[in-house]
Amino acid sequence: MSLSTRKTAKIEKNSSLWWMYLPAFLFVAFFIVYPFLNGIRISFTNWNGFSQMYEFIGLQQYTRMLTDPDTWTIVRNTLLYGIGSTVFQNVLGLAYALLLNQSIKFKAVTRTIVYLPVIISPLIMGYIWYFFFAYQGGALNDVLMALGMDQINALGNSDLNIWIIVFVNTFQFVGIAMIIYLAGLQSVSKDFYEAADIDGASSFQQFKNITLPLLMPSITINMVINIIGGLKLFDVIISLTGGGPGNASQSMSTFMYDLYFSRQDAGYAATQGVLMMVIILILSLSALVYFRRKEVEA
Amino acid sequence: MNYTSKRKKTMLSMLAFVITLLHLIPFYILITTALKAKGDFSSKWFFPTEINWANFSEAWEQANLGNALLNTMIITFFAAILLIVVGSLASYPLARRQTKLNKFMYMFFIAIMVVPPLAALVPLYQLVVSIGLMNTHEVAIFNNVAAYLPLTIFLYAGFIRSTIPKSLEEAARIDGASTMSIFFRIVFPLLKPVTASILIIACVFIWNDYQFAIFFLQDKSVQTMTVALSGFFGENTNNLNLVASAAIIAMLPMVILFLFLQKYFIKGLASGSVKG
Repeated sequence: MSLSTRKTAKIEKNSSLWWMYLPAFLFVAFFIVYPFLNGIRISFTNWNGFSQMYEFIGLQQYTRMLTDPDTWTIVRNTLLYGIGSTVFQNVLGLAYALLLNQSIKFKAVTRTIVYLPVIISPLIMGYIWYFFFAYQGGALNDVLMALGMDQINALGNSDLNIWIIVFVNTFQFVGIAMIIYLAGLQSVSKDFYEAADIDGASSFQQFKNITLPLLMPSITINMVINIIGGLKLFDVIISLTGGGPGNASQSMSTFMYDLYFSRQDAGYAATQGVLMMVIILILSLSALVYFRRKEVEA
Repeated sequence: MNYTSKRKKTMLSMLAFVITLLHLIPFYILITTALKAKGDFSSKWFFPTEINWANFSEAWEQANLGNALLNTMIITFFAAILLIVVGSLASYPLARRQTKLNKFMYMFFIAIMVVPPLAALVPLYQLVVSIGLMNTHEVAIFNNVAAYLPLTIFLYAGFIRSTIPKSLEEAARIDGASTMSIFFRIVFPLLKPVTASILIIACVFIWNDYQFAIFFLQDKSVQTMTVALSGFFGENTNNLNLVASAAIIAMLPMVILFLFLQKYFIKGLASGSVKG
């Protein structure tokens, strides 16, 4: 190799090759970063979403948001959807994984059926459960009636329907948690349990002192993806309750959609979007930091 | 095997069986509902005495599902291809060239993963209107590509770093091959396993997408399956049997694919979430 070609080869080797990620950068910058920054700008206006005219009104939308009682209902719901689904999905997902990690019958078919909803659209999953919970002719009320109990309007009751949304979201995505825990369990060496057996440790002690610490990486992953997924909940709310009655079961996503398209309140919708972004960032980052630290300890 | 552990195993097998049944309940209710004629008010727990297959053809026509299926296929297909091409190209320098700029760009893409695309709904909508892409396939394709590019880049870059030997590329470079030909002839073919995972993740998410579609594809001619279904539900709240039939039609393509390619679906979706 001559000196000059070696030199170009070296330059080539150290260049960033930035043109290779330019298209990806443009996609993300144009469709995510630019709208996001523009959203912060709109949150300081009274824009109605279509007119050419609007004014900058300073922090008015922010003070309105903080004094709007709906905001707190919706933040509470969003946190319930995020944290509630995360707790249920992980407890149930781990229980299923522990069961299916044994050599038992129906293992493959149980795994398939529990996992199936993951690939179905959350919107459709919502409709499927709507047939179950519907006030008129719903499957649940048929059972209650047969038992001689009063029929309930589960989806129209604002104390009940937020939990039904958590339940349906859990039902749909528990399969992902289960699969991640199964993979985690299969990577735990059998030697640990054999040694613990010899030392006379009970199954619960083995679970607490061997299984759980070694599953920490799987727990981290599950917590973070479930929290992010739950906080963004949208489709299943639309199909189960439409956010109602009133705003009782809205999440931040559905509320923003409603503000923008039904109430032409674009400035305020953008302000709610900023709040949503802040909540998701704080929660998912703190979940990540918390569980990563646990991992090191374990 | 002693008697007690055998009995324990039977109990656990029974438990697995019961769990399976419980998880099948909503699908069972869906099927009995879909097979009943309008005005058949018998309990959803019972199969209809007379099966009404006509619901399916009626739902297919009234909800315009043929057109919706085609739209969904077009959007999923082109978005997936774009994701693979743009994403793999971007990952190569980010995985291989540790310059300051590239380290920064990698962090940039990773940080975007946490951003909920819907938080920017208002300005995104304004942007789409101003560039004239409302009610086009392109808007759904581009939005989905942008939304899933960070995850795609993350998976590709991780795979290139951990499994593709550098020596292959260096040998080709000494032979005078250009970066592009090294990438397309040597690196890309070795990315098959992760490409398969990304394809499955992208197809499931984009096929099922409702959040983008409901905002940008309101016109009947470009509606996807989910948008068509939600519109159909709104028009038929007193004829849920038809809605149930439409829901079955809408979910069937993915369910069939899943049942045949289960191993790949579970592995692909798990790798996406494990690393995401």
